[in-house]
Amino acid sequence: MKIVVCVNHVPDTATKINIASDKKSIDNTGVTFVINPYDEFAIEEALKTKEIFGGEVVALSLGTEANKETIKKTLAMGADSAVLLRTDLELDSLVVARALANEIKNIEPELVFMGKQSVDYDSSIMGQLVANILDYNIVSTATSFNLDGNKIIAEREIEGGKETIETSLPAVITAQKGLNEPRYASLKGIMVAKRKVIEEKEIKVAENTVTIVEMKKPIAKEAGKIIGDDASAVPELVRLLKEEAKVI
Amino acid sequence: MANKIIAFVEQRDGEIKKSSLEVLKQGAVIATDTNTSIEAVIIGNEINNLDDIGKYGVSKITHLKNSELANYSVSAYTALLLSFAEESEANIFLFANTAMGNDLAPALAIKLNCGIVVDCIELEVEDNQLVATRPVYAGKALTVVKSNSEKTIFTLRPNVFTIGNISDERAEVIVKDIAEVNLTNKVISVAKVEGKLDVTEADIIVSGGRGLKAPENFGMIEEVASLLGAATGASRAAVDAGWRPHSEQVGQTGKTVSPNLYIAVGISGAIQHLAGMQSSKYIVAINKDKDAPIFGVADYGIAGDAFEIVPALIEELKKK
Ligand SMILES: Cc1cc2nc3c(=O)[nH]c(=O)nc-3n(C[C@H](O)[C@H](O)[C@H](O)COP(=O)(O)OP(=O)(O)OC[C@H]3O[C@@H](n4cnc5c(N)ncnc54)[C@H](O)[C@@H]3O)c2cc1C
Ligand SMILES: Nc1ncnc2c1ncn2[C@@H]1O[C@H](COP(=O)(O)O)[C@@H](O)[C@H]1O
Repeated sequence: MKIVVCVNHVPDTATKINIASDKKSIDNTGVTFVINPYDEFAIEEALKTKEIFGGEVVALSLGTEANKETIKKTLAMGADSAVLLRTDLELDSLVVARALANEIKNIEPELVFMGKQSVDYDSSIMGQLVANILDYNIVSTATSFNLDGNKIIAEREIEGGKETIETSLPAVITAQKGLNEPRYASLKGIMVAKRKVIEEKEIKVAENTVTIVEMKKPIAKEAGKIIGDDASAVPELVRLLKEEAKVI
Repeated sequence: MANKIIAFVEQRDGEIKKSSLEVLKQGAVIATDTNTSIEAVIIGNEINNLDDIGKYGVSKITHLKNSELANYSVSAYTALLLSFAEESEANIFLFANTAMGNDLAPALAIKLNCGIVVDCIELEVEDNQLVATRPVYAGKALTVVKSNSEKTIFTLRPNVFTIGNISDERAEVIVKDIAEVNLTNKVISVAKVEGKLDVTEADIIVSGGRGLKAPENFGMIEEVASLLGAATGASRAAVDAGWRPHSEQVGQTGKTVSPNLYIAVGISGAIQHLAGMQSSKYIVAINKDKDAPIFGVADYGIAGDAFEIVPALIEELKKK
């Protein structure tokens, strides 16, 4: 079985974000980039599926030279091969989805795993976009995944509960935390990954459909008051919540 | 600009979701500002009080109905929504940014070949064009965006757009019986956490972190929550320790919430936690370390021992 896993290279979640001088993007100086946390669950599920059913796992990433770091990590965890769609442009989700889908069409996988969300733009729509371009079935924010022949049984998170979904291959699955425990790359994996080549492709892209007019920092919330340091402050807290904030 | 706006209304168990009412109200405001029309569409089987949506300023709703549509199915709902959208010739589509909206909006974007802006916290008309503001990098920055395409889809973050005043108008309900339903994606069961409010839908959230030291100590968090009609939340440390389910995790890799009141107990306020909750309208912090970063975003704080303060809070709340 052929499996594609899409991996994105994003600022570490602990990074402080500063706006660049163009006021349309972030200033990358001093920012550490890492593999998107949700993509680690996607990789793990792809590898587990391959271990059960055989086949190969292709890592796919779109972005700059720097994305190679994330691709190498994916290879070290156990992916068999990798494709980097090279671009330095800031692209919107639709354009990225079309480029990823185009490449996926060449690979013709039965399954595509992605993260449920990139922690940069936090869009959470790439899986759905790609599935709809390819006419694949989709299970988004999956917390469990099982394959039986052609049939997929998966759980997905919804507000206040879970849905169990039945669908079939080919499909795109987007990974939510809880799906699995991502493995660490072994030393051997890291060595093997060093010898694997990352296939690089130049891509032609369409115009963005949405433009960023401005990027700005949110208005910082001002720290309020510390009312006290023990239980004697509780009546005052409750009074403030009732009378000042009027929230209870 | 807009010749027509369509608001997608979401139902679960035959009840309209509150996040959809926010979408209707905001859609009605935009329709007035741009002098265009708005109508709504809903997919499901038996649905209660559909004509109620008139109160939110939308006077017409089409109900695409079939018994097989009671439960959400991404394949069935997408197919129906798409043909409805195409026939309507609308150019603005509004959804709530929920598990369902987040599946349907991008599907529609591909099928209609149009722009999509998700998770908006502001949506306004400027120079006869819609301008959206949405958080990125987990709320550490905001982007203001415009769509260049003829049609655009927006999803609105729940609990951010206020409903405000409502009228007593009723809406016209048009029921369309659907003959065929595409169930290639089928929900075979729904497991609800009974009697529990989800953090993304709650007006008040009471959250606990590692400072609570053991899972059994969340009993007092649940008690405060039940006294306030609130949902319970947790930090990642509490979830990773296995004390609380992941569905309760608030933060960058958990849920983003903006309730009226967020009470953080024994939570330090790591940047990833703040990312998920700092847009709450009021924040209360209870933490024994007066230098904990959570106090930096809290409106009211008590810098003391949770094991003393929370029981006192329970007593005080019982008094009313
Ligand atoms: C990729 C990534 C993603 C992440 N995503 C998230 C996320 O989504 N959500 C999230 O929450 N975190 C997330 N984190 C983790 C985050 O960095 C913190 O580790 C976590 O939020 C800490 O949880 P905590 O505040 O409960 O624990 P701690 O930081 O250990 O804080 C415990 C607090 O309790 C206080 N305390 C102790 N005893 C008492 C007492 N008796 N009474 C009152 N107060 C007491 C202490 O003073 C302390 O401030 C993420 C981290 C990474 C790397
Ligand atoms: N540039 C990219 N290259 C490869 N995969 C991506 C890229 N952007 C997004 N993805 C995938 O899509 C998922 C969801 O991203 P998003 O919809 O952007 O939040 C991520 O977890 C990745 O699996």
